[in-house]
Amino acid sequence: MKSNRTILICSGKGGVGKTTLTANLGIALANSGSSTAVLDADFGLRNLDLLLGLENRIIYTAQDVLDNNCRLDQALVRHKQEPNLALLPAGDPRMLDWMKPDDMKKISNLLSEKFEYVLIDCPAGVEDGFKNALAASREAIVVTNPELSAVRDADRVVGILNTCDIDPIQLVVNRVRPTMMANQEMLSIEDVTSILSLPLLGIVLEDQQVIISTNRGEPLTLSSKKSPASKCYLNVSQRLRGEDVPVIDPNKAKKSLKDKFIKLMQTKIF
Amino acid sequence: MTLRDLINKLLGRETASANTARERLQLVLAHDRVDMSSLSTDLLDKMRKEILDVVAKYVEIDFDEVAVSLETEDRMTALVANLPIKRTISGEIQFKNIEKKNKTK
Repeated sequence: MKSNRTILICSGKGGVGKTTLTANLGIALANSGSSTAVLDADFGLRNLDLLLGLENRIIYTAQDVLDNNCRLDQALVRHKQEPNLALLPAGDPRMLDWMKPDDMKKISNLLSEKFEYVLIDCPAGVEDGFKNALAASREAIVVTNPELSAVRDADRVVGILNTCDIDPIQLVVNRVRPTMMANQEMLSIEDVTSILSLPLLGIVLEDQQVIISTNRGEPLTLSSKKSPASKCYLNVSQRLRGEDVPVIDPNKAKKSLKDKFIKLMQTKIF
Repeated sequence: MTLRDLINKLLGRETASANTARERLQLVLAHDRVDMSSLSTDLLDKMRKEILDVVAKYVEIDFDEVAVSLETEDRMTALVANLPIKRTISGEIQFKNIEKKNKTK
């Protein structure tokens, strides 16, 4: 098996789309033929099982693996429609009291022996939960929204990642609204990448389908119908695999007269 | 300034909020990043004194004009010390500024 990749998906701020990205990337990577494990490192507020629609099939958790109550493969929950994907569920919140970075390292090492990709869904914040997840990772994807508080918190996280031998650190800008950006009522992709000085892995467009897919517990990348966000997730997964495809251009689909006018208004005059 | 900004200005409307966001963000991050390097004013003062002591062994410094500060650009914070020299120990008078840069992450 070729070199296995352990990737932390983190953001600092909560609610920017870490878990949704983890679920969709996990499905997309598995779908393209790579064995993939997603590890829910958010022991306090676990949700990854819910987004993947696997909440009713959990028997053991990461905690049972650490306590030697079960073998790793007993705790892994295989996705029915995408058997290349397995979830290792988070234990209960009391684990936070005793869990150490080495425990997390042990789990991720076990996973990376068996899977090509290990995606670690990191808890929000920069406290112990984050540091545990960080210790277990080699690469990182920082998720942020084009919004002040999210970018500020992402900057904090990047500062910590930079001191921890994590490489590469790549950026995903989530919940992009092309019209607001064109009207200059939202930080642009260039603003965010240059402020954080990170390479851009991809963007994800704002899309109501994300909420609908969460309701159903079926990640967008699972469906054959491709919504805007779903195309973005696929693009991110291709780029993560190292395929030479460009980042999705938020303004590409827009060529109406109104959009031309908006473009004219963005012309720099001095 | 973009065409939109100009029209907004002429009409007395507020400028697009993305500019405000960018400026506020850059300001707050400059603060955050210096905090991260955990150099308090006390520490900076102490460091400044020690740097001066070392330099003063070799050259005579104009103590009134000394400036030591932290400057942040992108992901790098630089320690910038401006130490005007009055004369070298050997007695020659020189009017030259020595600039010392010490990069910290």
